[in-house]
Amino acid sequence: MTGWLRFTPIVLLVLIVAAMLWRLANPPDTTVHSQMIGKRIPQFVLAAAVPGVQGLSSTQLADGKPKLVHFFASWCVPCIGEAPVLDELKKQGLTVEGIAIRDRPDELAQFLARNGDPFDRIGSDPESKTQLAFGSSGVPETFVVDGRGVIRLQHIGAIEAEEIPAIKAAAEQAR
Amino acid sequence: MRAAFLALALVLAAPALADSDMPPAYWANRQLPNPQQEEQARGLMQEIRCLVCQGESIADSDAELAGDMRDLVRRRIAAGEKPASIRTWLIQRYGNWISFRPPTQPIGWPLWLAPLALLVAGGLLAASRLKRRRSR
Repeated sequence: MTGWLRFTPIVLLVLIVAAMLWRLANPPDTTVHSQMIGKRIPQFVLAAAVPGVQGLSSTQLADGKPKLVHFFASWCVPCIGEAPVLDELKKQGLTVEGIAIRDRPDELAQFLARNGDPFDRIGSDPESKTQLAFGSSGVPETFVVDGRGVIRLQHIGAIEAEEIPAIKAAAEQAR
Repeated sequence: MRAAFLALALVLAAPALADSDMPPAYWANRQLPNPQQEEQARGLMQEIRCLVCQGESIADSDAELAGDMRDLVRRRIAAGEKPASIRTWLIQRYGNWISFRPPTQPIGWPLWLAPLALLVAGGLLAASRLKRRRSR
């Protein structure tokens, strides 16, 4: 072994250590992005999650008007903090449809009484089936669905107050 | 005594997971009555990544969503659907990432070729050294 070849093991070692350090400093993104953006919403029919509220089905989502489809639950702590933001979006003229994940009617009714109810309809998804069909992986998550029933945007986690204009713009583009 | 109490408290403490207090889905922790179908379901569940604890398969994970995914897999298998078609359905929603057995893609080829390339390189190195030693 002569010349530069002698140093290849050390060079390789340095490269491997550098790659490891880079990965430690830049951890990979662990949020799960839905692959359903740009595709039609899956077919579903959900019963009402609370007495006195309408259930939700996929045909109601494709009625010509863009909508927010919000996956939430009464047992979801970030959903409490997000409630005022949803109220504001509703106040700004957006339609917010709810899908309650693994929830009980009495607990959900309490949650709505305490945190406000911006929802036109709330469907119950007791086994997360519709959530899985949307490619969603947790609560809260919000999808922007256009008037033809095509998913345009997925927002993972609670919507912050600063993000209201972006969500509104996405919904307006989705006519 | 205090240490024992602390240890006991640790054992009894529930993990701080954001979970509902609903019972698991019907087929989450129940085997299908048809053993062949259960075997098919199990095979698929071991190759589907849990969306919550991302290093685990849905067969191994205790997350509620993993239970709901096992319920979904077992229901569909019981309804006569093939595991491959359920896998495709999940990949359409979550990408190849959801499957622990992703399809081979061009980006993975170097990984498969690396052992061969290293073997050839090692062989050449050994050959050249042996030749040098003989000629010495």
